[in-house]
Amino acid sequence: MPEPDRHFIGKDVPRKEGRAKVTGEARYVDDLQFPGMLYGVTVRSASARGLIREIRFGKGIPWKEFTIVTAKDIPGENYVALITHDQPYLADTRVNHPEEPVVLLAHPDKYLLEEARRAVTVVIEPQLAIFSLDDSLAKKEIIWGEDNVFKSYTVEKGNVDDVWSRADFIVEGEYRTAAQEQLYIETNGMIAIANPAEGVTVWGSMQCPYYVHKALVPLFGLPPEKIRVIQTETGGGFGGKEEYPSIIAGHAALLAWKSGKRVKIVYDRAEDMAATTKRHPSRTRHRTAVSKDGKLLGMEIDFVIDGGAYTTLSPVVLSRGTIHAAGPYHCPNVRIHSSAVATNAPPHGAFRGFGAPQSIFALERHMDRVARAVGLAPDEFRRRNFIQPQQTLATGQIVREKVDMDALMERAFELSGYREKIARFSKENAGRQRKKGIGFATFMHGAGFTGSGEAYLASIVQVEASAEGRVRVLAASTEIGQGTNTVFSQIAAETLGLDLDRIEIVRPDTGSVPNSGPTVASRTCMVVGKLVETAALGLKHTLTAAGLLAERYTQDEFAQACKRYIEVHGPLKSSSQYQPPPGIQWDDVHYKGDAYGTYAWAAYVAEITVDLVTCEVAVDDFVAVQEVGKVIHPVLAAGQIEGGVAQAIGYALYENVVWQEGRMINGQMTNYIMPTAADVPPIRVFFEERPYPYGPAGAKGIGELPMDGPAPSIVNAIEHATGVSIHQIPVTPEVLMQALEAVHA
Amino acid sequence: MPETPGKVEITCTVNGRKQSVHAYPMARLLDVLREELGLTGTKEGCGEGECGACTVEIDGQIVNSCLVPVLQVDGSNIRTIEGLASEKQLHAVQEAFLACGGAQCGICTPGMVMAAVNLLERVPKPTETDIRAGLAGNLCRCTGYMKIFEAVVRACQSTGVGA
Repeated sequence: MPEPDRHFIGKDVPRKEGRAKVTGEARYVDDLQFPGMLYGVTVRSASARGLIREIRFGKGIPWKEFTIVTAKDIPGENYVALITHDQPYLADTRVNHPEEPVVLLAHPDKYLLEEARRAVTVVIEPQLAIFSLDDSLAKKEIIWGEDNVFKSYTVEKGNVDDVWSRADFIVEGEYRTAAQEQLYIETNGMIAIANPAEGVTVWGSMQCPYYVHKALVPLFGLPPEKIRVIQTETGGGFGGKEEYPSIIAGHAALLAWKSGKRVKIVYDRAEDMAATTKRHPSRTRHRTAVSKDGKLLGMEIDFVIDGGAYTTLSPVVLSRGTIHAAGPYHCPNVRIHSSAVATNAPPHGAFRGFGAPQSIFALERHMDRVARAVGLAPDEFRRRNFIQPQQTLATGQIVREKVDMDALMERAFELSGYREKIARFSKENAGRQRKKGIGFATFMHGAGFTGSGEAYLASIVQVEASAEGRVRVLAASTEIGQGTNTVFSQIAAETLGLDLDRIEIVRPDTGSVPNSGPTVASRTCMVVGKLVETAALGLKHTLTAAGLLAERYTQDEFAQACKRYIEVHGPLKSSSQYQPPPGIQWDDVHYKGDAYGTYAWAAYVAEITVDLVTCEVAVDDFVAVQEVGKVIHPVLAAGQIEGGVAQAIGYALYENVVWQEGRMINGQMTNYIMPTAADVPPIRVFFEERPYPYGPAGAKGIGELPMDGPAPSIVNAIEHATGVSIHQIPVTPEVLMQALEAVHA
Repeated sequence: MPETPGKVEITCTVNGRKQSVHAYPMARLLDVLREELGLTGTKEGCGEGECGACTVEIDGQIVNSCLVPVLQVDGSNIRTIEGLASEKQLHAVQEAFLACGGAQCGICTPGMVMAAVNLLERVPKPTETDIRAGLAGNLCRCTGYMKIFEAVVRACQSTGVGA
């Protein structure tokens, strides 16, 4: 019998864990029950900033039945290990933001537990607090370090100071983006067992098991091998389960340590929205010098993000936002200065795009503004400045790929009918209450960790084969809905010429899988997938080198070879560790060089209707064209783009975090509005496939890309429809109404 | 203050099986399904009837089980995600979600599938507007809904809907 075709790359194979998900059999952390398990809750600060004077335990609660943990009960160090050790697991003497954890309670009855939580009062002597990045920059009060600044970067290219005198046009603008809640539908949760004899084991919803592991080691002062972190099925992350799960895991484990029992903490929606991270609010100022023929001469960009009360991941979010701030354009003179500053809000954190959606919103709004000032159509102005192969990006990175932004833009225009519509809508809108508009954005997104990040991570993947010829892939990369399990299976099966069901993706468990790095930064398919590919190749070479496998083989012959190898040599394993592609250079001090190994490139077009009476904006059609290398799984890849575009439509129009003294006061799905099935337009996704030599089968990263382009496309379209230039998101009806009134006043 | 009422006996049919539970009358149907009956396929996303992750059918009508006090289902016929597939075969909607990529992280999927099944039982040949309206009470943060719409269309083209 001839061997079947075993090519899986580029094919829509079934999602590995799909059946369990459509039947409801998939087990998420809140689905796990254990006899004798306690529930845990967190008592939080009601004040934004102040000194803890007293913790009062109210009457009417049988406190003796409760496990109570404060900072004093922490066996090791009281900080959340990430970048800077400034964030405590439990506030001890002072609080720096509302909702900061102060006391933990555990009890078997979760209803009584909720009453108990309400009966605890943390008495705080308030101090002056800072609630906006402007006040933080102005140092109205020093709330962090010496100057409220977590991190600053400066990117310098050419000499921007010399261009202003010879510019024909100088165009300035200021742009703001708001916080955004990740709003994964599964809230955060963890279960822990912890005692001195067995160490600490946690199960839960997370993106990065080794981040949790790294944080639990100092918290308990235990050797790393006594800490074990296991991912349960995870109901969405989008960055929101990158760093915060370390805190919940620590809290559950502290309660388990003190009680000697298994403890589960699952946040309800209100707590998840109020206490966990959101996308950093930002302010970007542009000053741009342009020649009369529409060439960029100089760009000066000042990019500031609000980091909240502790450092957390703000330095790296800032880094990505900084590097993307000048976009896919060639400009000989660029200065980007950026800062992440402290405010007394819960720390802002990772969210799909990681700083880039903020700076790209500003840039792509600004490019339309510059085009108008120069007297060119927005596409013609961009065309004259698109980056070409061998030119340099803002960090001085030479573009070695055959990027063709113009072709991507033209394809997006054809597919959306842009040219016809931009003329027709302008004509038809006159006198209408409902005005149509069309707008676009052209942009890029770097895949993988920034700069030297991947070399520093030095990720490892292992594959091992059983005597039956079944192959297990061991990595810490998590399936969070994006399709890790499926894509890794495709890569391993294709490389080894095996059926997909011969591949098992081992559940991420720091007790058994190597550290393949965090599941973030559009890196899982491209960087870790490449390690799966090379580790699988290594396995094959081991068998051929041992003389057990011919160049061409059947699946049965592979199984026999595995069996013989294991009989003679013992376990059959192969590991692969990250090696940077050749020629990659990065200077961390001057922020110069190859910021990313590669970029995904894209042109998005949004068609919208603005109702001048209700000031509502509806997105009617959305075209997303992108070059992402080889597409491994077309349905999953399109699913990533569609989902990202929908989130970004929410970012542009609906999702408005309302703050009151550092606290989110609309932390409910009732009044924090994300797009529903009734709101989304047809999202039409098109890929240009140009294989990237250093990705698995030629793939690049795509996960974050779709978050970058929709917001500026939509706001550019609003300007086309109404003639009103809006410089902030979300464009809620209130924002649009004010902008319209300002123009017509 | 009135005394907190004690637990009561509630009898209902769940996925075709008679069930008797001892629960507080105001306990959420969601909690009773998950904790008393072990039917954890029904998920909690928001606890306030906005997200639809806890969608189940009561006497043929879809509801958010986080908003239903269990007292109300005494004598009712309840269907949850666990009641759709037979041992051998998935429901056509489940098959279509698999084929079209309608499930990503999977947490909204049980509720979304229940809403889609209910829609197709009410409206066997839905228009796009019907599909959007029928699923508007179920939030999905992963897919942008496109693959879910495709799945509903595929399910109504295949046989076995309403089975």
